Amino acid sequence: MGKRTFSIGGVHPHDNKISRECRIEPLPLASTVYISVAQHIGAPAVPVVAVGDKVKVGQVIAEPGGFVSAFIHSSVSGTVKSVGPRADLAGRPSVHIEIAVEGDEWLEGIDTSDTLVTEIPSDNKAILDKIRLGGVVGLGGATFPTHVKLSPPPGSKCERVIINGCECEPYLTSDFRTLLEKGEQVVVGAAILKQVMGGVPCTIAIEENKPEAIAHIREVIGKLGYSGIEVMEMKMMYPQGGEKQLIDAVMGRQVGSGALPISVGAVVQNVATALAVYDAVQKNKPIVDNSVTVTGECFPHQANLLVRVGTPLRYILDYLGGIPEEAAKVISGGPMMGRAVANLDAATVKGTGALLLLTEKQTRRAPESNCIRCGKCADACPMGLEPFLLNKLARAKDWDAMEQQAVQDCIECGCCLYSCPAQIPLLDNIRIGKGIVLGNIRARAAAAKAAAEAAKASADAKK
Amino acid sequence: MSQLIVSPSPHIHSKDSTRSLMLDVVIALVPAVLCSFVFYGWREMLVMAVSIASCVLLEWAITKYLLKKPSTIGDLSAVITGILLALNVPYTTPWWVIVIGAVVAIGVAKMTFGGLGQNIWNPALVGRVFLLVSFPTYMTTWSQPQGLFGADAVTGATPLGAIQEGLMQGATVQDIMAEHGYSYSQMLFANLGGSAGEVCALALLAGFVYLCIRKVIKPWITLSILCTVALTSLIFWGINPARFTDPLFNLLTGGLILGACFMATDYVTSPMSTWGGVVFGVGIGLLTVFIRYFGSYPEGVSFAILIMNSLVPLINMGFKQKKFGRK
Repeated sequence: MGKRTFSIGGVHPHDNKISRECRIEPLPLASTVYISVAQHIGAPAVPVVAVGDKVKVGQVIAEPGGFVSAFIHSSVSGTVKSVGPRADLAGRPSVHIEIAVEGDEWLEGIDTSDTLVTEIPSDNKAILDKIRLGGVVGLGGATFPTHVKLSPPPGSKCERVIINGCECEPYLTSDFRTLLEKGEQVVVGAAILKQVMGGVPCTIAIEENKPEAIAHIREVIGKLGYSGIEVMEMKMMYPQGGEKQLIDAVMGRQVGSGALPISVGAVVQNVATALAVYDAVQKNKPIVDNSVTVTGECFPHQANLLVRVGTPLRYILDYLGGIPEEAAKVISGGPMMGRAVANLDAATVKGTGALLLLTEKQTRRAPESNCIRCGKCADACPMGLEPFLLNKLARAKDWDAMEQQAVQDCIECGCCLYSCPAQIPLLDNIRIGKGIVLGNIRARAAAAKAAAEAAKASADAKK
Repeated sequence: MSQLIVSPSPHIHSKDSTRSLMLDVVIALVPAVLCSFVFYGWREMLVMAVSIASCVLLEWAITKYLLKKPSTIGDLSAVITGILLALNVPYTTPWWVIVIGAVVAIGVAKMTFGGLGQNIWNPALVGRVFLLVSFPTYMTTWSQPQGLFGADAVTGATPLGAIQEGLMQGATVQDIMAEHGYSYSQMLFANLGGSAGEVCALALLAGFVYLCIRKVIKPWITLSILCTVALTSLIFWGINPARFTDPLFNLLTGGLILGACFMATDYVTSPMSTWGGVVFGVGIGLLTVFIRYFGSYPEGVSFAILIMNSLVPLINMGFKQKKFGRK
């Protein structure tokens, strides 16, 4: 059988995995960490510590602020210095908890040993609770609270758990190193997810440019003797790690517009999330650290570091020798979807997977020229949209037409802008339109809900 | 590092630029250009030089003095128009006729519409057809290839022209072919009389393969044109071989390969989607055969492409990629 990939669009950037040989090494503790309470999609967490409190590693310092929210734990031991607004990597203020580091004392009950625990608890409810209490969120990029994803709405049925080991973004290698160095833990994590979802089959999807990881995980599955967990070797194609694209590639099913993966029977979790699930369930260890790839051709010290949550970015870069003179852009994440860092004093969050340094030459956009109607953007769009048309509509501010042309389906993967020979800022303009269209859709839904409630209230009053 | 650049994703770009894509097309045309030099000698070189120079200069002058905008000649599209125009006229064409062709191609068909990407019709073809209609004498006095150092031109009709004329006089296709001694291998490697670009099918096909390998174009438009011409002419030829020319003859003559490989595949004037491209190609193929068989011009490719160019906006509306997860 040929290697599989998703059915529409995609691009093939050079994968540039120059840090692939760098083992994950623990970064020495910073003297102060700044832990954000808004590290996940959903409501920010609510701080439950006050200035002057002593905290240990793994202690809860903020509690969920709603159903879709997550626990935040201290990543260090020490004293809470402040709770208040601090600039994030875009420079926008959000609430952070500042902790001065003193020693490295872990909360009792957390198993910090390397012993592999393969015995999975039988009570699924207890497992879900541990995942929730461990503050586990999707570490593939979206940081959606994992326990919510694992509790499908009534009436929907999961048919397959997919562990996303594609790491299709160029440069990134932290998932690859995790698969190689913590393969056993990832596979046990996958087995836990499989059990929670009702024992459905589980596929660990890894792209063909990581043959060592594919061979290693196959060996680990054999050694641990799990049945119903398989490795699928995927063709290299960006953005295969996108949830909808991966489900299409693995299961041949397309998630409808605005629908959740569970609507086609899929639950997707990233490799790092599977590891976090293992840690939370088997070792009582909440998310206090995560692997971060630090890389770039202009950067002398490629590395994969185990970084405590809340570590300032500047501290990480300084540890590796500082920012080279020719670096012009620091990106949190990969080159296709990562965010440019405006504030190096910002701290890492659970979802920080990489710091990429690019030179001006690598990242400079050439001046825009006329669209030559080559159709490369439409060929590249993995959602089957027409970026050239959406771009024109966005410039004309025709939001209704953009909605008709399904701009709300755009996953902002960047394939259109990447492939445009005329260097038209397609995604920049499409993003603006998408934001407005999504706002319109929400406003309509809210208005419809309010109207329905008003109608119901007046009907009740008539009774 | 003095100050960090902060801009939205994606942060990297593919190596493709308009200029690099156009440069690939120029490279793909080199074998055909060299062949035309070898077959037609220094006069063809002159035609090529006048054509490219007038196209590029005109675009430069129009952007600078009329539009008062930065020059766009760096994207190399004017060079391609120049090469294609030169390949579309007989090497005996006077220089001032070529300059008029360039004015129509660049001035009227391209810059009037807003430059590269905005034009509806392929500029080189508009220029060629304008010359064909305005200067039929120069444009239809074809000459037999005489080689790089050949003597004076021997004028004659192109195979398509000869057949058309012969048929009107009541001869059968077989008689005419035998009378002129046309052979297919001659057409494949070095054509008989015709415009420069019709001279060497193999050189043109080599360029086409290069463009496909470099992923500059997709092969579907070209293949659907060639298949449609072959199939349609096969049907007519099967019914009456005395009245209609055979498929291979139709494929190898009259600039069909030049048109199918380099003119119909022009990004700007062809449909975006693969299936739209197939419909576009089938339309060109059918129109070409019908004009050749039943029209008053012996040659149909140019008109066929221009007619289908006009339908591209409609084709684009009708053939869209299926959106992910939608009916």
